[in-house]
Parts: sequence; structure tokens; C-alpha cells
Amino acid sequence: MTEMIYGSMSVPVVRESNSNWWYTIDRVMLSAVFLLFAIGLLLSMASSPALAEKNGLAEFYYTQRQFIFGSLALITMLILSRFSPTMVRRLGVLGFFCALIALLALPVIGTNFGKGATRWISLGFASVQPSEFLKPGFVIMIAWLVAAGKMKNGPPGRLMATLLTGFLVTVLALQPDFGQATLLLSAFFAIMFVAGFNYIWMFCVAVIVMLGAQFAYSNSEHVAGRIDSFLSADIDPYTQIGYAANAISNGGFLGAGVGEGTVKYKLPDAHTDFIMAVAAEEYGVLLCWLVTGVFGFIVFRSFMKLMRTGDHFTRFAGVGLTTLLGAQSMINLGVAARLFPTKGMTLPFISYGGSSLVAIGITFGFLLALTRERSTPTPIIQGITR
Amino acid sequence: MTYSTRPSVPLLGIFGDRLRGKKTEDIHAHDRAMIARANAQAEHNSAKNRLRIAMVLSTAVYVAIGLKMAALAMSAPIENINTYTPVKINGDRADIVDRNGEILATNLPGYSLYVQPHEMVDPKAAAQKLSQIFPDMSEEKLYEWFTREGSKFRWLKDQISPEQKQAVFNLGEPGLQFGKRELRLYPNGPIASHILGGVSFGEKGVNAAEIKGQAGIEFASNDFLSNPKNAHRELKLSIDVAVQDALENVLYKGMKANFAKGASAVLMESDTGRIIAMTSLPDFDPNLRPKGVIQGNDPSLDSRFDKAALGTYELGSTFKVFTAAQALENGVANPSTMLKAGRSVQQNGYTIKDFHFYGEQLSLTDIIVKSSNVGTARLARAMGPEVQKKFLGELGFLEPTSLELAEARRGQPLYPQRWTNLSAMTISYGHGLAATPLHLATGYATMVNGGFKVNPTLFQDIPDDLTRSRIISAKTSMQIRDMLRQVVTRGTASFAKTKGYDIGGKTGTAEKLNPNGGYYVNKNINTFASAFPMSDPKYVLVVVLDEPNTPDPKKRTAGWTVVPVAKDIVERVAPLLNIRPVYTPDLPMVAKVMNDG
Repeated sequence: MTEMIYGSMSVPVVRESNSNWWYTIDRVMLSAVFLLFAIGLLLSMASSPALAEKNGLAEFYYTQRQFIFGSLALITMLILSRFSPTMVRRLGVLGFFCALIALLALPVIGTNFGKGATRWISLGFASVQPSEFLKPGFVIMIAWLVAAGKMKNGPPGRLMATLLTGFLVTVLALQPDFGQATLLLSAFFAIMFVAGFNYIWMFCVAVIVMLGAQFAYSNSEHVAGRIDSFLSADIDPYTQIGYAANAISNGGFLGAGVGEGTVKYKLPDAHTDFIMAVAAEEYGVLLCWLVTGVFGFIVFRSFMKLMRTGDHFTRFAGVGLTTLLGAQSMINLGVAARLFPTKGMTLPFISYGGSSLVAIGITFGFLLALTRERSTPTPIIQGITR
Repeated sequence: MTYSTRPSVPLLGIFGDRLRGKKTEDIHAHDRAMIARANAQAEHNSAKNRLRIAMVLSTAVYVAIGLKMAALAMSAPIENINTYTPVKINGDRADIVDRNGEILATNLPGYSLYVQPHEMVDPKAAAQKLSQIFPDMSEEKLYEWFTREGSKFRWLKDQISPEQKQAVFNLGEPGLQFGKRELRLYPNGPIASHILGGVSFGEKGVNAAEIKGQAGIEFASNDFLSNPKNAHRELKLSIDVAVQDALENVLYKGMKANFAKGASAVLMESDTGRIIAMTSLPDFDPNLRPKGVIQGNDPSLDSRFDKAALGTYELGSTFKVFTAAQALENGVANPSTMLKAGRSVQQNGYTIKDFHFYGEQLSLTDIIVKSSNVGTARLARAMGPEVQKKFLGELGFLEPTSLELAEARRGQPLYPQRWTNLSAMTISYGHGLAATPLHLATGYATMVNGGFKVNPTLFQDIPDDLTRSRIISAKTSMQIRDMLRQVVTRGTASFAKTKGYDIGGKTGTAEKLNPNGGYYVNKNINTFASAFPMSDPKYVLVVVLDEPNTPDPKKRTAGWTVVPVAKDIVERVAPLLNIRPVYTPDLPMVAKVMNDG
């Protein structure tokens, strides 16, 4: 009735055209991503010929594939970065459900690459790892739920988010894919932390997680072995940690020289999980510091950006996505530096891996979209709470 | 979470507003908006604070990672990836030196070679090149080792030379690795090989290998040598390496000249029992101690067998001196007492004969000088077996010598269970009792040193035994010395006459025992037990030739074969022992003593 009489209320439309994309995007962050990608290609040239030779492929087969997938990831990232937070939310939720279905269908259509876990769906030219694509969608989903829960008369978002996380972590742990489960948990905790849930509640959930970890330790020889190996005082030089630690020692600060490394011949995952060992051996710890610094900078800068926004969803989603990136890079670097037990985890943008690269592109695309400069500096009133 | 510090507009105010006709709904709406805005602002602030905490935490983690990387970069790389050994292996070992401090055995840092096949880059090329560096390793076998499934470790060589190490290093194969070793080095090669023995590696690790004595003093004194506390001390032997070298050289030539299968010699200080030189030929190089069965286990030919301290032989007429000493000591006879000899003597159906017929009666001196079996046997029968057994027991002939070698402790003399009259008669001239040349040297030391018991030893630094037990009187010893000298001047050992050194000694030609029973007809053990200088015998020298095979069978007695060798040894060794040659006409020893008063 009101609209028929008075006409629609005029709504201010925030225009996001091509021209102002360049001015609103975080160009420093974008440069950091391109820098990481370039370093990744450089290290791929160092690390992957050894594997290509072993598998009877052309010398730079894996480098070429990394370039193709990396370009795909960068394009995806640039496209996604153009979207508004609302579009991000819709796309993210949609992607989440697609990835969830693929993940749950894994036992039926998945491929086991002889690595002890069924995580891939083979598409012929490439294989897809649904859990990689699940992560950004999951963060968007959780952020949406929690943000909605903050609205007046909103759904019980906190409870729903907790249940959803618990369900997914259980599914991943059963696969078993403790690495992805850890990342999902980290993102969930980060969102909950920033959303202002009280410390006692978070402590209780943390205790439950610890019990779960204890359960994993006592029920999986694989996990137990790695943790025991990490805790033992002497490095058994035949473990992956042993090789990696020795590679860093060998390289010193300035590196043994391009092509002088040997760890790439010894570690099966030199081009993915232990790319930093190759970097340290051939280029020295200085390059490792550069990579570590860039990741630290990205995390720091996106938290800074997120402090400005008043929108709940934007803030929560941004924090979750940043945590995904940050936790993944911290675990990868920490394992190489023998700070954490061995956990297979790719280094965002640098490690080889199609799914991983494209998924990181999506994650970062979302993050860039959310951290763009917007003309809404003041907090948006979403509801009144007493 | 809820922000509610701003109070709602006072009720009075609302009434006032109403009275003034204002719309309270607008006011309420405004209030709610203000409260909501304040709540949102507060929540935003809270989120900012928590984001700051997250920033600090994540930055801290990245910094920690960077620092850990720096720490790893500054730590020394683990060069040998297989350094993990649960137990520290002690590879140190004390040096062994001779009495003048010359090194007989020492340690050198060296390397062993091992392979880690899973780290190899090019097993085929490595196998091919390695077989060129070590011709004793076949390329096929190496390649098979390098490519064996699941193989992670294999020793290739226990010891390699620095040149070989460099050659392997130059291959640039990361799978070929070097393990540190202390290598036991015997700089004099085969000199004193039986005394030193040799070592082998015990427990092997990549960083060190335990060195274990395998034989000789290395085995017998293993506890001292391998004790880490003694790593910088040395074990001083009584050996004089120059004398040992001369002894071995001359003996080797003598062995060859007499076509003997083997030879041994003992040179001992007659007063203290210290061994100055002792050898057994053929010998070996303890740096490369032979392994396995050699020459069908014939001890005469096995270079590892110590004929001087371990091998027991019937040493023949050299034993007559002990019979004579026993007679002198018991007062049965003096050197000039005429004793019945004859062509032969019978006992229990056995006939004992002499090499020649020396006459119906011989003085005790002549029995020794001419080496009459018959005369000695009659004398021994007259004195009886019990006395003989007791006397030989006192001289140490019934048990192994006390020399500090495990081999010597196993040198148990062989003698009859029932020591009958016949046994006494044969033992009196050295048949029926088998002992080591070292036993003989020890017994002769007592004969010439004034009558004192000696215990043979290889250690220079053990104190002299001041409470030595006397076995024969000084007078008897003097008379024995006179007889021994006369054996050289006018008896069976005339080839030992040499200008400047007055050697005295007794020959012994014994048929070799056949392990299958009885004696070999033409295989002899020729012995010369001697002392010099006879005017004041400081040194006892026993030389044994095993199966001399000279062309003329009649010249295979000790006097023809081993005596000239012993003379050559004395001529070479005496100057090294600081004995001045004395050029005086021969005088009978007893007369000299009488002249001295």
C-alpha cells in the first residue's frame, strides 16, 4: 500500500564499475600475490624436473602445468574480486553446497592415488580435490550464519555454524584429511573469536578439539608416527622432517646455489609440501624469509583492512578467508622449519597442485572483493539489540 | 554484548514533551537509533580489539618461523645422514712402543666406505667407476647391491687409503659415503708380527669402529690398549726393534740357505727374562693379517703360528745340559768325573745309541761336548726319574711359560704321564718331552745367569724380581758355562766360533714327531741354545730350524745347519746390544775363575 501511494523508497546504489575497480582493489595485496606466484614458478623450475625425470615426463612438465593452473587461479581471483559482498555471499554459499556434495560423493566416485586417502575426483586431464574448494565456501557459509545470527530475530546462527563445522570436521577426519580439518577449525575459531564470543565458550570448544586430536593420535598410526617423530629429540634423518631440516642447514643464509640442491631428489613431495626445503637449500634462508614475510604481510594487511569495515558478514568472511591462507602458510612453513610435526599442506600460490592453486585463487578473490574500499565508512545498522 | 549505558529518556521528559505536544514516537525512534548505533560502534570496537590480538598472534607465529629458519640455517648440516648411533663406539687405542720408544703400533685416522643405495643418482656409472678404483670388486656385484630393492645401507670397504677416498669422492655420487675410522698401523710391517699379533674391527658404526686385538700383545693387552683412559699413553715392550729386525733378517737368510720350512728364535736377557727379540718364520704383515686356512693348517707353514712361544718341539740334545746340571747340583759328578758311555744302552727292550762311538768312558764335560746320548741316558737312569721331573719342573718345563701372550699361555709342554726310567733316559737327551723354544731359552737363562729362575716377559717396565729363587748354585752355573763354551771351542758347535764374541751353547738335533705316531726319518728340528758373551752371559739366544733340507743328508744336524745361523745372528746383534768384541785367546772358563781367585 505504502509503495503504491508514495512510490518505492530510493535506495542509494553503490556503483562498482570497471573504472573504479582499479581504485578500490587493494593493489598492494594484489602485488604480493603476484610476487608469490612468481616465486612459486621459480621454485617449480628448481624442484620439479627431478620428479618429471622420475616419472618420465618432459623436464618442465610440472612447471608448465603450474603456470597454466596458476594463470587460471589468477584469472579466477581477478574475476571474483570484482564482486560485491552480497554476490560473494551468494557464490560462496552455492560453491559450498557444490563442494559439499562432491566431498560426500568421494567414497563413490573418488580416486585413490595410493597416498593412503581418497581425496581426489579424476576428471581425466586433471584431478580435483573437493576439500580444497570446500574451504572458501565453508568460510562464507559460516560467516553468513554468524552474521545472520547477530540480526534481530535472526536464525540461531552460532549454533548452526558450530554444528556445521563439527559435521564437516568429522567428515574430513574420517577421510582422513586432518590437514583440511585443521584449516576449517582454524577459520571457524577465528570467526567466532572476532564475532565476540566469550572466551569461556571458546575454551570449551578448544578442549573438545583437543580430545578429538587425542582420539586421532591414538587411532591413527599415521598421525601418531609423525607426531612421535616430531617429539623425539634426535632427528631421524630418514624422515621428511630430517631431510627438510638438513636442507635448510645445508643452504645456510645464501643458499647452496641454483641447481646445487639434493633434497629435491630425496623428498617425494619436494614440489608441493616441502617446496620451502628446496628454496632454503638452493636460494638460502633469505628467500624463505621473503616468502614468510610476504605471507605475514598479507595476513597483517587484511586484518587491518577488516578493522575498518562495519559490516558483520564482510568482517567475518574476511577474517575466515585470511585465517585459511594464514594457517595454511604457517603450517607449511612451520613444518619445513621443524616447528610443527609433519602435516601435508601446500604453500598457497607457491606449491604445485591444480586444485590447491585454483582454490587459493578463489579464496583470495573473495578476500580481495571483501577488502575493497567502499563508500560506507560508517557502521551499518542491522538491527537493534537491547 | 548489549550496550545499554545510555538511559532512556526520563519518563518526566516524555510527559513534558507530550504536554508540549511533541510526538513521543519520534523521540523513541531516535533513542532506539542512538542506542543501536552505540551498540554497533561498541561491537565494532570489540571486533577491532580482537582483530588486533589476531594480528599480534599471527605476526608472532611468522616471526617464530623466521627465527627457527635462521637457527636451522646457522646449525651445521648433518653431513653423514646416518650418524645416528645409539652407543658411542670407542675407536681409540694406545700406541705400542719398543724399549727405546720406537713405535711398533699406532693409530691413523682413516676412512671406511659404505653405500646408501636409495640416495644414489646413477648406480650403473657408480658401479663401473668404483670397480675401477677397487679392482677386487666386480662391477656386476656392485650394481646388484646398488639396485637391490629396499636396500638402504651396506659396507663396501673397511679401510680405504686417502688416495682411494679422494678417487671415490671425485665420482660425486651422493650415495657413496665415508665413515671415520681409526686405523691400526704397524709402521715396521712384518717385524715382530707374532708379538704384535694384529687387530680386527669389532662393533662397526659410521663414525667409529671398535678395534679389537686379534692375536699377540694386541689381544693379550686388549683391555689396557682399548681403555679410553690410556688413549694417550703407550705400552712399552722389552723388544728392541733394531735387534728384532737384524734377528729376523739373518734368520730368514739362514732358513733359506738351509731350505728349512720354518724357523724361530728367542733372544732374552738372561738375568731378567725380558725378551729383546723373538720371531717365528714365515711371518706376516699385521697390517694385513691373513685370514682363513693357510697351507692345510700345517703349523710349520702357517705364517700366523708362533713357533717360538706356542709351538712345542722335542728339542733334542740341548736338554743334556739340564741332565749335567742336575748331576753337578746333586754332587753325583763333577765336570771331570769319568762316566760310563759305551756303544749303546738298553732299557725295557729299547736300545739307545750314539751318532758315533765316543769311547767306553767319557768325562761329564765330554759327554756334553761330544753330545753322547748313551752317557747322558746312563747318568739320568742313575739319578732316577723323580729327581729329573722335579728339576725340570723347577726350570719351568712342565707348564706354559709366563710370557704375556695368549699364545704362550697355550704353549703347554708335552711329557709322559708315567715318568719311567726309560722316559728319564730319553728326556735326558731331549726326546719324550716337547717344549717351546721359549721354554728352552728360559731354562738356559737359569743355567748361565748364576742359577736363578727367570720369568720371560715382554714388558720393559715391570720391576726386576729381587727375590728370584735359586735353582742351581753359582758354582754349577759356572761349570755349565764352561761346558757350553767348550761345545763351541772343541765340540759339535764349532761353527759358532767367531772372532770377538765368545759364544757358548749346545746343539740339538731331534727327529720331528709325526702326528700320526712315531718319528719322521729325515725331518729334523735343529736347535742351538746359546748364551753370549760367555765370560759374563747377558743374553740367551735360542735358534730353531724346522726341517732343514740341505742337499747332503749327513749335514742336516744342528752343528751344520743352525749353529752358523746363530753365529751370524750374534755377530749382527751383539754390536746393537753394545757388546764390545774382545780379541783374547780362548781360555778355559774354570781356569780363568781359578786365576781370578
